[in-house]
Amino acid sequence: MSGVRVLVGTHKGAFILTSDAKRKKWNVSGPHFAGWEIYHMHGSPADPNRLYASQSTSWFGQIIQRSNDGGKTWEAVGNNFAYDGVPGTHLWYDGTQHPWEFKRVWRLEPSLTDPDTVYAGVEDAALFRSTDGGQNWQELPGLREAKGNLWQPGAGGMCLHTIILDPSNAQRMFIAISAAGAFRTDDGGQTWRPINQGLKSSGELPDASAEVGHCVHNIAMHPSRPGVLFMQKHWDVMRSDNSGDSWHEVSGDLPTDFGFPIAVHAHEPNTIYVVPIKSDSEHFPPDGKLRVYRSRTGGDGWEALTKGLPQSDCYVNILRSALAVDTLDSCGVYFGTTGGQVYASSDSGDSWMPIVSNLPAVLSVEVQTLP
Amino acid sequence: MIRVVLPYHLRTLAKVNKEVEIQIEGLATQGAILDALESQYPVLRGTIRDQVTRQRRPFIRFFACGEDMSLEPTDSPLPEAIVKGTEPFRIVGAMAGG
Repeated sequence: MSGVRVLVGTHKGAFILTSDAKRKKWNVSGPHFAGWEIYHMHGSPADPNRLYASQSTSWFGQIIQRSNDGGKTWEAVGNNFAYDGVPGTHLWYDGTQHPWEFKRVWRLEPSLTDPDTVYAGVEDAALFRSTDGGQNWQELPGLREAKGNLWQPGAGGMCLHTIILDPSNAQRMFIAISAAGAFRTDDGGQTWRPINQGLKSSGELPDASAEVGHCVHNIAMHPSRPGVLFMQKHWDVMRSDNSGDSWHEVSGDLPTDFGFPIAVHAHEPNTIYVVPIKSDSEHFPPDGKLRVYRSRTGGDGWEALTKGLPQSDCYVNILRSALAVDTLDSCGVYFGTTGGQVYASSDSGDSWMPIVSNLPAVLSVEVQTLP
Repeated sequence: MIRVVLPYHLRTLAKVNKEVEIQIEGLATQGAILDALESQYPVLRGTIRDQVTRQRRPFIRFFACGEDMSLEPTDSPLPEAIVKGTEPFRIVGAMAGG
């Protein structure tokens, strides 16, 4: 019988939540790596038992963990993320140039076809690749040649947090960096170019339409329609119909267009989800009401999804990597909060229930649909 | 035999008890201890000192015989009590709480 495995990274460890396809009763495993920050865990599409986890603390640095049995056991693999050549410099908060310094891995994106190939998005922003199951990591330095000297950290650091592999074109990848913007390669990562035309950041940048410098929070794509991208920017929900060559705003009637994650329904490429947050100064839902918003029209028209979610006195945040979907026939939607709740919907968001309610602050949520 | 006390997170990572024992050939220095420790427990590479610069991570300190040795040159000889194993070499993580 099929089921789901929800991989939850938190501020103090990893948790693995499993259920059958009904998604009513859940088993909770964890904490794994207790006391460590788990920025991200992700499973291989080619082998669902192959998992990767990014484990770090400010004290002891970065560890990469790998599991070959769906998270029952783990082994530490390579953690040497050395920038290619002379790292160079990027723009610092005070306007000076500052050397690139590795801090942590924000995102692990396994290959669509090879369990041993995995990409890592890191802070300070760069993209690394391993082809031996995480033992050795090599930077794809062409990315930082895409005007890297003009990239600047946001308040949360200069992190490469989004990696999307195009299932129709093995040479094409999309990545996003806070606060540099979105970038695309069409040659397997050798060369990259900014894809930020149409983004407007009038409150954050002196040139609102600058080629780089936008604070992109998250990007999502449906695998059946890889040319269409949806973006939650710092402010604004955006859409591209040409692989990022240009973007237009689809915030429409959202109560606020600030937020962090964005996701696409597993079977409806035009159905997307965001979680509006009041503002960049107040990282909590408007009016103390936790509402996921769904658009069935690819943006512009949105409906609030509230059934089962707290509608008073709720002041949590939902971080950029903490929203995901499963691929069961009735699409499941999942998100985690900084208050330690993980909510699940087994009906495309119509209704919700908490799987767990008292975890450490949730940093990331990924979902595997198991055969 | 040199005794090394690890902080909690590194003990769980290396799957060892609070104190580990290492052997050093030649002069016993901070650098030699870390070389031997990382050789015996490769998972600790990068957790105490940067893998590229070899610099001590900012929130790590080294204590020996009641003294903070963190700022000493990494090739300075360690106290005899550390070399003989009567006192442990302590690797300490900065306090956090509040």
